[in-house]
Amino acid sequence: MQEALRFRLSEAEPLGRAEIIEQARSRRRGRRIASRGLSLTIRGLRKSFGDNEVLRGIDLHIPAGQSVAIVGRSGCGKSTLLRLIAGLETATAGSIDFGEAARTEDIRVMFQEPRLLPWARVLSNVEVGLGRDRASPDAQARAESALTEVGLDDKRAQWPAVLSGGQKQRVALARALVSHPRVLAFDEPLGALDALTRISMQRLLERVWHDQGFTAILVTHDVAEAVALADRVLVIEDGRIAHDIDVDIPRPRRRGSAELAALEGSILKSLLQGTEDTSDL
Amino acid sequence: MSLIESLPRVRSLRMPRADGLIAWIVPLVIILIWQVACVTGFVSARVLPAPSDVALAGWKLLLSGELVRNIWVSFWRASVGFLIGGSIGFAFGLANGLSQLSSRLTDTTLQMVRNIPHLALIPLVILWFGIDESAKLFLVALGVFFPIYLNTLHGIRTVDPHLIEMGRIYGMTDGELFRRVIFPGALPSIFVGLRFALGIMWLTLIVAETIAASSGLGYMAMQAREFMLIDVVVLSILIYALLGKLADSASRALERLTLSWHPAFQKH
Repeated sequence: MQEALRFRLSEAEPLGRAEIIEQARSRRRGRRIASRGLSLTIRGLRKSFGDNEVLRGIDLHIPAGQSVAIVGRSGCGKSTLLRLIAGLETATAGSIDFGEAARTEDIRVMFQEPRLLPWARVLSNVEVGLGRDRASPDAQARAESALTEVGLDDKRAQWPAVLSGGQKQRVALARALVSHPRVLAFDEPLGALDALTRISMQRLLERVWHDQGFTAILVTHDVAEAVALADRVLVIEDGRIAHDIDVDIPRPRRRGSAELAALEGSILKSLLQGTEDTSDL
Repeated sequence: MSLIESLPRVRSLRMPRADGLIAWIVPLVIILIWQVACVTGFVSARVLPAPSDVALAGWKLLLSGELVRNIWVSFWRASVGFLIGGSIGFAFGLANGLSQLSSRLTDTTLQMVRNIPHLALIPLVILWFGIDESAKLFLVALGVFFPIYLNTLHGIRTVDPHLIEMGRIYGMTDGELFRRVIFPGALPSIFVGLRFALGIMWLTLIVAETIAASSGLGYMAMQAREFMLIDVVVLSILIYALLGKLADSASRALERLTLSWHPAFQKH
């Protein structure tokens, strides 16, 4: 009997707390959501490096606030697409349109490597993310709140060298978030992390996306990660969008559920089909 | 940068003192053995005077004011020459590291000049400047120039391009990019150049002063040789060693202060 009671209690308590947090979040989101994410329209996008045509005509519309995962085999052009969206490369042909005039602070990128300045303390590294607002009087307060968001406010005075790989990546996330971007592009941000850190980082990414309502574009080679995090999965093959799959599994998504596994399986199958004749996998 | 960053680490205050004490054990033991060898007659005073005699000679020179004057002259030459050569080298290192045009224009020339041993210029320098102060300053500046130039250039060229791209994405202006990314990234390499340069600085000065000078430590040593004052010769050599150590300690202290972020300096 005692066991049953404990079971009920433990079941009930987190549920209640989760509800309260959920309410608070939706209140915050309600205020922000209209102004947050930017929509993205890409037309006839091409990119060549010399003779090598990496992207061969991408047409794509991403509604504001959607989270999109881009998967594909290495060399398919998925990172190039992300770099074009982030403005790190210039397109050979075609256009990328954010619906309204976007400031540089509105679009942020997170890379596979944390790219923290080793000679700046954690808090200063986050302040870098403020862009032109770095000199404003509330810069430090904003950096502190971004650090709190990723759960590292106690590390603010540390050097990056003493942090673990996952912590460094969380600082990089705080730096990307501090300017409240409206589009956040992730270039395999969890690629270098161990399995457990990856899972907790995925939860963190999902939470901040949910809280801040930015448009998220996630490039990954991990199909399981793509279906767990994204509203929509794009499969890129030979510089073109080969599949465009909506993931309408309700959140929070349960890791390892049959639905996710089935979707992951079908995407993997379509990815592998292209390689069977060349068999270079 | 915030205030926190400018604070030195508390830990680094304690260790250098203990380290410093240990480091002086070996020199003290050597001096002790030297003294015993001289007193027992194992080493003739004509070959090597006892440390006590050297100290006595130093005391006499100190009282006459000659020692302080000569040390001051040498120190002045070393630091002025270092400042001139070091700043020109640093400026060229920055310019050639940051600008392709500047690098293409001057780097080949500088690399050619670098391969001339600067001490080989002494006859020419004497003809140009006589045995004036400017001759010594010129030689020191020339000797110091290259290690600073090469290491500054190398430091700037090897700054992680990922960090530079990051700085650009986050909207840093060229000035900010230099101040927050490129310069701190090049600093460890610049310090390597600085310490090399300090060594070359003393070397050049000793040679220049022994060959052509009318004051300074090297001149003092050469004069003493003329009069067979071997204790003064040894004294000059020891003072060079101490000054060299002093310069090295100063650059290390500066390094510890500015590179406290570096993992290599956090374990000390």
